[in-house]
Amino acid sequence: MSVSTETTLQTMPMAKALNAGLRQAMADDPKVLLMGEDIGKLGGVFRITEGLQAQFGDNRVLDTPLAESGIIGTAIGLAMRGYRPVCEIQFDGFIYPGFNQITSQLAKLTNRTEGALQMPVVIRVPYGGHIGAVEHHQESPEAYFAHTAGLRSVSPSTPNDAYWMIQEAIASNDPVMFFEPKSRYWPKGDVDLSQSAAPLHASRVVRLGTDATLVAHGAMVTVLLQAAELAAADGISLEVVDLRSLAPIDYEPLLESVRKTGRLIVAQEAPGNVSVGSEIAATVAERAFFSLEAPVLRVSGFDVPFPPAKLEKLFLPDADRVLEAVDRALAY
Amino acid sequence: MAETESTSPAPAVQILAADGTVAPTASAEPYLEYLDRLTSADHEQFYRDMVIARAFDTEAANLQRQGQLALWPPCHGQEGAQVGSGRAARAQDHIFPSYREHAVGLVRGVDLLGIIEVMRGTTHFGWDAADPSNGNFRPYTLVIGAQTLHATGYAMGINFDGATGTGNPDTDQAVVVYFGDGATSQGDVNESMVFAASYQTPQVFFLQNNHWAISVPVTTQSRTPLFQRAAGFGIPSVQVDGNDVLASYAVTAKHLDSARAGGGPQLIEALTYRIGAHTTSDDPTKYRTQELTDSWIARDPIVRFQAFLRGQGASDAFFDGVTAEAHDYAADIRRRTHAIADPEIGLMFDGVYSDDHPLMTEQKQWLEQYEAALDGGAS
Ligand SMILES: Cc1ncc(C[n+]2csc(CCOP(=O)(O)OP(=O)(O)O)c2C)c(N)n1
Ligand SMILES: [Mg+2]
Repeated sequence: MSVSTETTLQTMPMAKALNAGLRQAMADDPKVLLMGEDIGKLGGVFRITEGLQAQFGDNRVLDTPLAESGIIGTAIGLAMRGYRPVCEIQFDGFIYPGFNQITSQLAKLTNRTEGALQMPVVIRVPYGGHIGAVEHHQESPEAYFAHTAGLRSVSPSTPNDAYWMIQEAIASNDPVMFFEPKSRYWPKGDVDLSQSAAPLHASRVVRLGTDATLVAHGAMVTVLLQAAELAAADGISLEVVDLRSLAPIDYEPLLESVRKTGRLIVAQEAPGNVSVGSEIAATVAERAFFSLEAPVLRVSGFDVPFPPAKLEKLFLPDADRVLEAVDRALAY
Repeated sequence: MAETESTSPAPAVQILAADGTVAPTASAEPYLEYLDRLTSADHEQFYRDMVIARAFDTEAANLQRQGQLALWPPCHGQEGAQVGSGRAARAQDHIFPSYREHAVGLVRGVDLLGIIEVMRGTTHFGWDAADPSNGNFRPYTLVIGAQTLHATGYAMGINFDGATGTGNPDTDQAVVVYFGDGATSQGDVNESMVFAASYQTPQVFFLQNNHWAISVPVTTQSRTPLFQRAAGFGIPSVQVDGNDVLASYAVTAKHLDSARAGGGPQLIEALTYRIGAHTTSDDPTKYRTQELTDSWIARDPIVRFQAFLRGQGASDAFFDGVTAEAHDYAADIRRRTHAIADPEIGLMFDGVYSDDHPLMTEQKQWLEQYEAALDGGAS
């Protein structure tokens, strides 16, 4: 980590920012504890929890038995006991043994108890492609969870957001699905340690433009920024919105942008069918119908299981696929 | 490091002492008849299998380091457990591996290039268990423990078909399912034992306790020796020295035969060790000492069996021949790895459903046209 002239600004990759955010949250509140497979001595397979067990001890950083249902289910019990567990799922594709505990228990307990019981549990999920990995290691399962009432779902796209959003997620009294775009773990960015850029569930315009709006979350935000850069060279001005929160979705900045540009392209790595992108398209069509000059277009992964790594470049939308949609939108 | 040792009340079944001399434990007594059936040609085959498997594994790890594979999970150190159990299964048996059973695949006749293709990222499939040349060895499963339930269901089907328990060990079918010490914590694995016991499946649960689930020692998964858990499910079980290929063979053969004779499910815990990293992405120096690994290297299954064979009078020419064969096997894998073609677009869409599907047709066509337009634009 290199300290810049502003003492509160530090440059670091998202992996380090998450580590720093977790460390801060654990220091701030002794009830925060981390649970997961290989997160102790190894520091997690992505090293997000590196050094935390050494610093806080193995009652605060638990190398659990190998069982996702066990991890989530016991986190629920710990939350009932007043703890604030932060669970690490090792890879996106391994969350499903815990799906029952997440969707039937964690998501519903507050409602079942008519608000008497709070479930401040965070579930960290490294997700998404671009890492050339084998089956179950590159998936984007966020729609299942965004669809589930009672869960909040967020996904940072920058080190700064990662640092702040993990702390805000831990501070939330509701369960938060925290989707970490693993292909963004290593690129560096500035982190402002003095203040958060936006509340946990705020969406944000990250590049101004006038001809069309692009929106995405996680790693896809970087792809949109690349697309906007390429388009600018061709004289096309694209606005980019970082969604940040998938449930709830903060529509106002997005609608404001669409009212200005008249065109929207929603991008995501996840398959498009019945997805977060579908929901955004429908909502924007409902609420900004008279501002739209073109139908809302979706650019997404195909509706197939994530393919073998050698096909990932064909599966994952890139800047060219985004620009192809931009061309179609501008042609209306 | 007592922390990572499973301590068992009765010593694990062992035939060969660490120095390769024949010194069966008392617990080995019921299994000795299976050893009497082995010829010296069988012994030589076991050795050949283990040495080829290791050469393959070493080559694959090298290929990964050279950027040819996305990942490699090494089987180094587990060849005794895998070759012994794999050779114990009969031709009509069905094998459900996890993702590290390269030596079992080898002895069942699978072209191991299939594993390379899966780990290279050109396919999720690798080989077809329905092809008779693959020895009923099913494709790998990467989600921990999931295959144990599939194995139990398959074994239930064997029962329903009347394809077992007729009293003919040459045709009665049974199932072997492989899983690790970490997997024993999964709900799926425990549920599979419940079902297996309930339906009295013709099945052997072959648990390779290699002492680690990535960085987590087996003591985190269980405070009791793992084979003892089976009793709670009503499943007979035994612990075997997995680095003793003869013990692994005899124990598996006998329990498979009891399963196929109507004795219901059985569990074998093979004590072994993951000598290498969990996968090529792992760094074991973060969580275990070299001394501990060294203590297991001293129990290498191949070295032990080589000493046994020397005691039986095997010649230098035999060992040299096997070394050369293993070298050729690895060289062939390397050559064919470099020749693997990248998959076509169709692979992504064509196998998702068994029949035509409108989304697949539409999206495949879209992508093909899109790619063609890109190519056109580039030229
Ligand atoms: C459901 C699930 N959770 C997590 C993982 C990630 N993972 C891959 S291998 C492994 C450890 C497995 O240990 P063990 O069962 O002992 O088998 P070994 O690797 O030692 O052969 C883990 C946690 C996974 N593949 N599936
Ligand atoms: Mg293991």
